[in-house]
Amino acid sequence: MKILVCISKVPDTTAKIAFKDNNTAYDTDGVQFIINPYDEWYALVRALEIKESQGGSVTVLNVGGPENDPTIRKALAIGADGAVRVNINSTDAMNTAQNIAGFAKEEGFDIVFCGKETIDYNGSQVGGMIAALLDMPYISYASKLDLDGSKATIERDIQGGKEILEVEVPFVLSAAKGMAEARIPNMRGIMAARTKPLNVIEPSSSDNMTEIVSYELPPAKGECKFVDAENPEELIELLRNEAKII
Amino acid sequence: MSIIVYTSTKNGDVLKSSLEAVSYAAQTAESSNQEVIALSIGNVNSVDELGKYGANKLIQVQSSSVSSFQPNLIAKAIQEISKIEDSNLCILSHDLNGKAISPLLSVMMNAGMVTGAVGLPDDSNGFIVRKGVFSGKAFARIKISSEKKIVTVMPNSIEKKEFNQTTNIESVELDLGAPRIKVLEQKIASTDIPLPEAEKVVSAGRGLKGPENWQMVEDLAKELGAATACSRPVADMDWRPHHEHVGQTGVAIRPNLYIAIGISGAIQHLAGVNQSKVIVVINTDKEAPFFKSADYGIVGDAFEVIPKLVEAAKRLSA
Repeated sequence: MKILVCISKVPDTTAKIAFKDNNTAYDTDGVQFIINPYDEWYALVRALEIKESQGGSVTVLNVGGPENDPTIRKALAIGADGAVRVNINSTDAMNTAQNIAGFAKEEGFDIVFCGKETIDYNGSQVGGMIAALLDMPYISYASKLDLDGSKATIERDIQGGKEILEVEVPFVLSAAKGMAEARIPNMRGIMAARTKPLNVIEPSSSDNMTEIVSYELPPAKGECKFVDAENPEELIELLRNEAKII
Repeated sequence: MSIIVYTSTKNGDVLKSSLEAVSYAAQTAESSNQEVIALSIGNVNSVDELGKYGANKLIQVQSSSVSSFQPNLIAKAIQEISKIEDSNLCILSHDLNGKAISPLLSVMMNAGMVTGAVGLPDDSNGFIVRKGVFSGKAFARIKISSEKKIVTVMPNSIEKKEFNQTTNIESVELDLGAPRIKVLEQKIASTDIPLPEAEKVVSAGRGLKGPENWQMVEDLAKELGAATACSRPVADMDWRPHHEHVGQTGVAIRPNLYIAIGISGAIQHLAGVNQSKVIVVINTDKEAPFFKSADYGIVGDAFEVIPKLVEAAKRLSA
């Protein structure tokens, strides 16, 4: 299996969220960046498991500037064979997808993995767009993937439940919880990652259909109102008469 | 001009998340004087509800190839109908069905898209939609510059307004081609309230000490008409099924009421629940970080507090 895993670079889950330039840009000062957890824990690890059991290769791809290279190296340390970075910074999902599809269409990948969404823009867009651009089936929110030759059996989340389906390669899927367990890179992997190829290619598209105009933080939460543990009935009273939600 | 809304159905009934999308479209159409067209695959029983929330017309697409959930064929149907109806704006719910369909549609229609909208479009200076970013920790205003546009609406984030329209029904036969995905089995939860759609959620964590102690959580949920959920460690230890896990890696929810019992409130958990309208935290540790995000709190032992809450809730519903 020839596999592509699309990885996004995102602020660490615990990073502080602040904005600069009159609330038009995310303030990255002091922020630690990681591989988007769904891309790393679920998509990349499942791709590596498939390669380990049936051979093939795993390439990771990131769309972004040179500042993303350390994050991409981590994916190589976890076990990807090689990496590609499309050299453009984009906040538009269609632009990102076009740049990924532009690279992938000549390469003949059997499976393209993405995470179910990124934890920064929470879009759930890029995976499906890649599938449509490459004219491949798209399986969103996949929580299980088994392969038998060129036939895949996949479990995916749908509204109100789950669905089990069959599809032939090539296809694009977005990975959700259940797909695999996170791996921690070991020393050998980290050493090997230094010499693995990280090819930088120029973008095939620079068109954007959306643009972020501004950011805002949610209004500060009011003080927590405490109810005496000896008299928890009061909570029910407050939820009914003050919050008016029960 | 018209706005197309994709509506998912279950046994012919329109899903709550889709009704919210209809209302979003109707409220958007109000200022621009457009027709609101609901689109379904197959027939809809609850047409009255579509009218209530503002659909002027329902187009029931009949196609033999879409007997199961086929996102790319559904996207094709929406594209065809958009063309026929001369529509430049399509609305879907940002539920799991909408997430599967919308990116495909975006490419097919060459439409710019904002997913997970939490406010109506602002067209005073272009077309700008507000959505949550950084997993609930901030909002962004995003401008769509393309002629055709798609917006997906975050479930439980839009006030449904009643329009009480009469909905005209049309049926359209479309040849959508053959599906490329073969659905073998669907497992739809039937009796319980599905977690992502629940308006009230009672959730518990490691503080409950073991799976045998969940009865009181279920009792409280039952009395309040709530769904049950749990923290990640609880799902990982198999005390509760994985689909109940809320948080960053599990399900993200935004109910009107979230009651967290014996959950400390790690940032990964908060990322999945911080957009709940009212948060109640019950914990023995008064230093638990979750209290900082709570509206109401009880510092106390769940084993003493919860049974009393169940009794109080019972008296309320009696």
